[in-house]
Amino acid sequence: MLLIKNGRVIDPASKTDAARDILLDGEKIVELAAPGKLTRDHKNAEVFDASGLIVAPGFIDLHAHLREPGQESSETIETGTRCAARGGFTAVCCMPNTKPVNDNASVTRFILDRAKTAAGVRVWPIGAASVGSKGEAIAEIAAMKEAGIVAVSDDGKPIATAKLTRQVMEYCRSLDIPVIEHSEDVSLAAGAVMREGVTSSRLGLRGMPAAAESVCVARDVQLVELTGARLHVAHLSAKASLEQVRWAKQRGLHVTCEVTPHHFTLIDEDVQYDSRYKMNPPLAAREDREALITGLADGTVDAIATDHAPHEPALKDVEFDRAPFGILGFETAIALSLEQLVHTGRLTLMRMVELFTTGPASVLGIERKLAPNQPADLTIFSTTHEWTYDVKQSPSKSRNSPFDARTFKGAPIATIVAGRIIYKM
Amino acid sequence: MTYRYRDLLALEPLSADELTFLLDQSRPFQEIQRHPLKKLATLRGKTVALAFFENSTRTRISFGTAASRLGADTMNLQAESSSVKKGESLLDTVQTLDAMKPDCLVMRHASSGAADFVARHLDIPVINAGDGTHEHPSQGLLDALTIRDRLGKIDNLNVTILGDLQHSRVARSNIHLLGKFGCRFTLCGPAMWVPRELEKIGAPGVSIRRVFKLEEALEDADVVLVLRVQTERMHEPSISNEDYVLGYQLNAERLRHAKPNALVLHPGPMNRGSEITSEVADGSQSCVLEQVTNGIAVRMALLFLLISGAAGDGGHPAGTSAEDSQAPRNRRSTDKKEVPHASD
Repeated sequence: MLLIKNGRVIDPASKTDAARDILLDGEKIVELAAPGKLTRDHKNAEVFDASGLIVAPGFIDLHAHLREPGQESSETIETGTRCAARGGFTAVCCMPNTKPVNDNASVTRFILDRAKTAAGVRVWPIGAASVGSKGEAIAEIAAMKEAGIVAVSDDGKPIATAKLTRQVMEYCRSLDIPVIEHSEDVSLAAGAVMREGVTSSRLGLRGMPAAAESVCVARDVQLVELTGARLHVAHLSAKASLEQVRWAKQRGLHVTCEVTPHHFTLIDEDVQYDSRYKMNPPLAAREDREALITGLADGTVDAIATDHAPHEPALKDVEFDRAPFGILGFETAIALSLEQLVHTGRLTLMRMVELFTTGPASVLGIERKLAPNQPADLTIFSTTHEWTYDVKQSPSKSRNSPFDARTFKGAPIATIVAGRIIYKM
Repeated sequence: MTYRYRDLLALEPLSADELTFLLDQSRPFQEIQRHPLKKLATLRGKTVALAFFENSTRTRISFGTAASRLGADTMNLQAESSSVKKGESLLDTVQTLDAMKPDCLVMRHASSGAADFVARHLDIPVINAGDGTHEHPSQGLLDALTIRDRLGKIDNLNVTILGDLQHSRVARSNIHLLGKFGCRFTLCGPAMWVPRELEKIGAPGVSIRRVFKLEEALEDADVVLVLRVQTERMHEPSISNEDYVLGYQLNAERLRHAKPNALVLHPGPMNRGSEITSEVADGSQSCVLEQVTNGIAVRMALLFLLISGAAGDGGHPAGTSAEDSQAPRNRRSTDKKEVPHASD
């Protein structure tokens, strides 16, 4: 038994924001009550004093790259989930662009097997939409679903053609599984390494326009209208894309989206000749960032997702245009959300927690709440703890974070999965 | 005044005073180009590493000549003959060169920011001899020196830059230098090659406008900088040479729209009959060969300043970290703008 006492419980599902003690037994929550009012016997329970801390349902990251199998020099399921635990995540959806690609049930089972012996974070694989994510034939989605995938995506690139996207959508609708799209018109983005704008012109770095993302979102929204599928737009970065999602939601289409902490924190003007500022989609314009925060506040955005994308130093420490896209994300997600969204007064703490819990859960079609009999997955964090991120101390095998040496106010304090404390600061 | 940076990576961060200083420092070396005996002993015993990861003839020879006229030795790395072809990373390549203990690295690379990246990893001065579509600082300086010689000033001029602006590091260096002296820029070329963002790349207050009709772009010009069409850097479908000539070739008739004694500059290599006619290239307004001669003077000044300024004549003091004891690196990140929303 584990007793989490004196915490401020924030549970978006029940709109609770109050002091509560929570009693966990085995892998389940057994009781919540006002402090000192638990009715169950808990004399022998281990006690976690959460005074001054926020206790929330376990945070879910819809978008991460754990690099295993195939790119273990950049990350493994073990090292990646240790980072996730430190970042306060209890469940992580891992993208299928591994080597080999997770496009069949045996790769899915391998990932789940490895996750069992890893850090304790739940790993929910995302399967490829097409075989090898090559955009030709539809992958074995039904078999992967049976093996445990929670969504499909050809992430790293979009599903190649409108026709294949339509077919995948039709099939996934029948299987009741969401399609996650990396929205990009690859011809508009060809050769680009950052967002097109004054900064890309000054730096002489090739830029892609916002339309490289939004024309793909527009196309996909039309295909949702045609197919009735569930579409989730990954790492949405442009105002114009957000407007497409808003329009789709107003029409009642099942379209959701996520935004990464780096896109609501940094902009293209921050880019230097330093590959830690290189990711795809690239850091966007000032007005895009402003629109994303508005969307996070008003409900157009459903989830905050990290797009944790480790690349070992040898790969990243090269000329900007030769470096791979992507940065680490797990360990700074909560702190950046507090810094950029909550401490600034743009979002309530309740809304922020929603974006990490019920928001991503509803994208996957599952519940996330604090109630008896629910899984004992909890994220405990501080909104005041001051700390400095030192990427050299990260359990990740990679070091590609632009937030290294940044000082934060607020941090993950403990991560509990299935009733077990898997990380404690 | 001295040059306060360890490297020369870009002209953008330099002030008008610093740029004037660099131009003034080039003057005595211009004299030397006219002497029958051109070799000095100033940098005797010093070694300049020339690492050209991208094809270059004139810039490499110009830097090599500058080094040798200062009495320095050179080591040469050319991409075609190097381990780069065998898959070695840029960092490994330059660290290997650095281990041979040159006193300065001059590098050209096809990636924008490559010199900046290398400078972060080496203790010796790095001179950017052209990085992708970013900057070509020594070209900007030699162009300004040429203009100053001919017109007696570089202040408040009307400068028309003609051609493939998007891919031109020469254009950027010229804008960042001449813009600091109140010059006004008119950019002209096929619209796909003159993106609107270029109007905002200058320092605050620098006037940059796009004009797509060549005759109009040349009105009142004091200086016309003709760029080469850089087919090797194209990602877009190009336009035909015929179309380019029709719209944008600088010929004698069109040049008459500029001021009577307007200067014509070209960074070379020229494609005669394409972006420029021979009549203009060889005409009295053309500065093309002076640019080449001045290039050596500018590069001598740069090598002299950076090598003799880097660590005194005795080289690096043993056991002292160069990063701590010496001049700041000349790159954007050191004078990065305040970004209010991202404060930490």
